[in-house]
Amino acid sequence: MPVDPKRSRSILSSLRRTLGVGALAVLMASPLHAATADAGPATVPAGIATASDPGVAPAVAADPRLEADMMELSHKLRCLVCQNQSIAESNAPLAVDLRNQVREQLAAGKDKDDVIDYLVERYGDFVLYEPPFNAATGLLWVGPFALLLAGAGWLAWRLRRRRREIAADGALSAADRERARALLAGGGDAASNPASPESRK
Amino acid sequence: MKAKFLVPLLLFFGLAGFLAFGLTLNPREVPSPLIDKPAPNFRLARLDQPEQTFTLEDMRGQVWLLNVWASWCVACRQEHPLLVRMAEQKLVPVVGLAYKEVRGDGAISTRGMSLEAETAMAVERGRRWLADHGNPYVVSVMDIDGRVGIDFGVYGVPETFLIDREGRIRYKHIGPITPESLQTQIMPKVEELRRAG
Repeated sequence: MPVDPKRSRSILSSLRRTLGVGALAVLMASPLHAATADAGPATVPAGIATASDPGVAPAVAADPRLEADMMELSHKLRCLVCQNQSIAESNAPLAVDLRNQVREQLAAGKDKDDVIDYLVERYGDFVLYEPPFNAATGLLWVGPFALLLAGAGWLAWRLRRRRREIAADGALSAADRERARALLAGGGDAASNPASPESRK
Repeated sequence: MKAKFLVPLLLFFGLAGFLAFGLTLNPREVPSPLIDKPAPNFRLARLDQPEQTFTLEDMRGQVWLLNVWASWCVACRQEHPLLVRMAEQKLVPVVGLAYKEVRGDGAISTRGMSLEAETAMAVERGRRWLADHGNPYVVSVMDIDGRVGIDFGVYGVPETFLIDREGRIRYKHIGPITPESLQTQIMPKVEELRRAG
């Protein structure tokens, strides 16, 4: 099935945010953890950095538009040294170098995807704060939903089976029917069962 | 059907197994996407003769190691005696990449320093360090601004790349080389590449 990876990524990520299954994803894919993802509480901050944003490196480029683009990209890139920070938040020397690289390449007219590709070529998918959807991360992205569906399917199957069982147990034999009819008609069968509430009348 | 009560227990063991495996992984070791790809080319000034440059081409036809080091790097001191011993035994040629020799040192501010001044300082510091600790490198080159380091995906010092005769990166060792990693990881791969070519 041809799926546009960018599209599936954005759909998946919005689903992930709404359902908050990140923690489950981490549990499921713990062997993949080192290579692929950190779906813990530190998700990608929405929006770009502003001057009031604490813990964010100060602006350097003279062009505010370029600086904003650089910061937007930097928030999507993981610092390899302090791995739970983006390169926008980290002051590790490598993060500073990488920010400079991003700024320089944007200034040279490269588009954002090119800059991301440039870094992924060198540092791998690990440099992306939001892991891409591919063979290695497929289980991580799809797993929680597959589990949810499997759980719902199992529940539906159980409920259906139970209903069938009740229906089978509750079926009346011809003799039972006859007795019930007699009781409803107020027949003498009630006398044989003095403890039944109907017999008080 | 009797064993149904065992299902949660088995699920628990399965999960515990995954988590236990997760504990054996080192999240600090990020696998390099450059393995089996051509090493990024570079042209850098040599530490011993700064007016001359060195490129990957100079090592073509040899199986060699590119060792990223810096005089300010503490872990490099730990692996350095081993590199010196390797050079004495002529195990495999090692090229040194002096990574951000001046600006990487947190104790020095390079603000307002010209590139020439920084290079001169890097030459002086690098040579002194090699004189003090021994020089195991066939040649050392200076990556003053860390740009070549980024091309190689370096995110810490020391790191060591194994490069084959055709100039492809075949293995990356993160952190100081130990006698054990040399014996069990690096040298077998070197031998294999030598046999292959």
